[in-house]
Amino acid sequence: MMTKKLSIQRYLPEQGNAPYWQDFDVPFDDSTSILDALNYVKEELDGSLTYRWSCRMAICGSCGVMINNTPKLGCNSFLREYEGPVKIAPLAHFPVEKDLIVDMEPFLDHLAAVQPYLIDDSRLIDDNEEGTQTYKQTPAQMEKYKQFAGCINCGLCYSACPQFGLNPEFLGPAALTLAHRYNLDSRDQGKKQRMAQMSREEGVWSCTFVGFCSAVCPKNVDPAAAVNQGKVESAKDMLIGIFKG
Amino acid sequence: MMTSGSVDLIWPASITGGAMQQQDIDIVIVGGGGAGLRAAIAAAESARKENSQQRIMLLSKVYPMRSHTVSAEGGAAAVTSDEDTLQAHFDDTVAGGDWLAEQGVVDYFIRHAHRELVQMERWGCPWSRKPDGSVQVRRFGGMKTARTWFAADKTGFHMLHTLFQTSLKYPEIERLDEYFVLDIAVVDGAVAGVIALKIATGELTLLRAKSVILATGGAGRLFRFNTNAGIVTGDGMAMAFRHGVALRDMEFVQYHPTGLPGSGVLITEACRGEGGILVNKDGYRYLQDYGLGPETPLGEPQNKYMELGPRDKLSQAFWQEQQAGRTGKFGDSDVVYLDLRHLGKDYLHERLPFICELANVFINIDPVKEPIPIRPAVHYTMGGIETDANCETCIKGLYAAGECASVGLHGANRLGSNSLSELLVFGRLAGEQASQRAATVAFADSPALEEQAQAQKTRLAQLYDAQGEENWVELKRELVLSMETGCGIYREAEGMQDTLETIRNLQARYRNIRLQDKSQAYNTELMQCLELGHGLGIAEATCLGALERKESRGAHKRLEENFQQRDDVNYLKHSQVFFNAEGPAQLHWQDVDTHLSAPAERAYGDAGKGIKQ
Ligand SMILES: Cc1cc2nc3c(=O)[nH]c(=O)nc-3n(C[C@H](O)[C@H](O)[C@H](O)COP(=O)(O)OP(=O)(O)OC[C@H]3O[C@@H](n4cnc5c(N)ncnc54)[C@H](O)[C@@H]3O)c2cc1C
Ligand code: SF4
Ligand code: FES
Repeated sequence: MMTKKLSIQRYLPEQGNAPYWQDFDVPFDDSTSILDALNYVKEELDGSLTYRWSCRMAICGSCGVMINNTPKLGCNSFLREYEGPVKIAPLAHFPVEKDLIVDMEPFLDHLAAVQPYLIDDSRLIDDNEEGTQTYKQTPAQMEKYKQFAGCINCGLCYSACPQFGLNPEFLGPAALTLAHRYNLDSRDQGKKQRMAQMSREEGVWSCTFVGFCSAVCPKNVDPAAAVNQGKVESAKDMLIGIFKG
Repeated sequence: MMTSGSVDLIWPASITGGAMQQQDIDIVIVGGGGAGLRAAIAAAESARKENSQQRIMLLSKVYPMRSHTVSAEGGAAAVTSDEDTLQAHFDDTVAGGDWLAEQGVVDYFIRHAHRELVQMERWGCPWSRKPDGSVQVRRFGGMKTARTWFAADKTGFHMLHTLFQTSLKYPEIERLDEYFVLDIAVVDGAVAGVIALKIATGELTLLRAKSVILATGGAGRLFRFNTNAGIVTGDGMAMAFRHGVALRDMEFVQYHPTGLPGSGVLITEACRGEGGILVNKDGYRYLQDYGLGPETPLGEPQNKYMELGPRDKLSQAFWQEQQAGRTGKFGDSDVVYLDLRHLGKDYLHERLPFICELANVFINIDPVKEPIPIRPAVHYTMGGIETDANCETCIKGLYAAGECASVGLHGANRLGSNSLSELLVFGRLAGEQASQRAATVAFADSPALEEQAQAQKTRLAQLYDAQGEENWVELKRELVLSMETGCGIYREAEGMQDTLETIRNLQARYRNIRLQDKSQAYNTELMQCLELGHGLGIAEATCLGALERKESRGAHKRLEENFQQRDDVNYLKHSQVFFNAEGPAQLHWQDVDTHLSAPAERAYGDAGKGIKQ
């Protein structure tokens, strides 16, 4: 088996030191992911290495890290893809807690802020068996928001976003996308409520349309498109507001 | 002084001393997967309906949307179309479980599944639709009729995110994310709270509670080759077990016939529901040789025939082909092939986009152009924490729901797409029951509780201090390998006896374990050690049940000549394994509720024609 050099940014808060880099040699083949490599380090070389993971199939969103300065999921990035040594660091723009673990609370707060759920009057169905009916939603209606519903909350787009780097209060690509997803859902009636969040200073207007968020998204959610469409909606909303005076 | 593997630190106050955080919570839910979130919402609704103020706390060792439910691909079952009947879903489930399901429970389940899926739709779940806008259903293995609701091939992902996002609407649902629950506290035969570790800091918290719901998921990580996420380590099962609740039917472990070689990543059964076929290295559809024929024409999948036979039979057929030397090789894995090419690019990209992505990324194969090499992998834990039909265990106020529970739905073999519906139906029931109880009882006295919390603190401190020779990585490897060898697709006494001895030996060695990482913040090594400790207890229950069940039923297949058939005279019974602090775990047998459908032959393919099921 071949081996590759992994440079990992370490940070052990209880030792009071600044972050530092540590190298490890890891054996690999065609199927060795970055996550496999981290697991190898933890199990064979240094049990104190700390990182998050769970599904190892690119769907739970736990394992985001910077690989050679680009935000990626560790479980669907492979050592075979890298020529030279591989540098692994915690996701950019989030406070680092320990080694590759960052504080995800700001991200979760932003998600929660946009009221990411269907808002309508008949959400709970009664216990009467006869009363159990779904809404109708045609494939074309679903197509409108489907792509934006694929976000796994991995946070990679926040690490790619210069605006979030400057201002952590910016709701950011994933939260704005989620808001847009519900706004576009034919079953939803909550757009008005969400627009207030989206249109405030930390909402869509903070975005300067760099577009890097969509480039790094591992699920092709295209948050940049969602944010841009959100701007159009927000502009309309404001105009209507002006006319109504 | 850094960079070495061993980092020794002086004890911060949280584990060795200092005051423990304490809170009073009416309903504590352990687990933020589908079952836990559904329970939380049900508890909140229930309390609102009764106008009762209740604090609901959901704890999870990962952020809720990271839970394993997120990986489920295929779909959730409920009787939906006009041609379908409740009776048919009942019969499929009971026969699929080889008559070891609790029939009253199955009856409740099939009656409530549809309502729950509709409820998910009302909360925004993007179920795949027909052109007229109504919900689409797909075929699934072992189900007579198409009745599986799906959201492309990311059903679990959409369900989990819908539930999580909906839960945000309820301010009364509080969360402690990334808290590892160490134990439940029990006072006078009733649950009194939980003790949890805040992963970020290593601080301990005692939550006093009136009701506790365990929704901690399965235990697939006990086996080397599996489709499960790394966190699926059976923690809740181990906690209930140590407090005297039986683990029931643990010998029934489902192998999924189609995992990717190497990683074990799942290729959903929906591939076969959509018309995918399985062939051996000679390109032959071998399933027709194992009682699942005759061969169905390409592009015309038929329920309960060939590729749509139940999972246990398909996995067993793989094993037979492997023995006969008719499997191919991918890396160092023996494999057969799942061929989807005839479905065409457009259809595959519309119906099975995630599968295309997974095959491309993980084994560099494009299913549009090449068959996917696959092999069976451990997938689902049929057994679990024994509960009654209301999800309550023998400890009052302690409930269990979802994959960690044995409410009695799956019997000896779970049908694919029944468990996502189970999470909803029984998650809800558990939440409602827990809320009702919390409205009527008082908190337990603190001193007895604090004593138990203190005991956890001591246990952790010992683990930190231990200077033994053993390393968790080594022990874990021996465990998962031994489980695979002794308790795999086919089993025989000798192998299981060896595994049982290995487990007991590992349990003894576990006491000599030594942590490399002695830090408090995010000590993931400590977490993995604790999970291993849980696994060692459950593994014993699994192996003991398997060894003593001297028959073949559902997912449990014995190689010995006398045990190759189902034996209703002696084993139409649930196994119950009880923890024993003094020595080996104890096994008992419990009657099965068969009051609605008498045991009959379980047959598929043409052999199943005419048999009532
Ligand atoms: C790859 C895959 C595909 C599947 N596809 C389907 C399908 O198509 N249809 C179907 O019906 N079923 C399917 N299943 C099965 C189904 O997904 C699971 O049975 C189900 O999701 C389990 O849900 P749960 O809520 O019980 O547990 P989980 O989703 O596993 O959640 C467990 C929760 O408990 C928490 N937890 C565990 N231990 C602790 C602890 N000590 N302290 C704190 N928190 C803890 C975890 O953090 C997590 O939040 C599939 C399973 C797999 C592996
Ligand atoms: S939009 Fe994409 S990159 Fe951003 S959190 Fe969601 S899945 Fe991750
Ligand atoms: S481990 Fe789940 S996304 Fe990588």
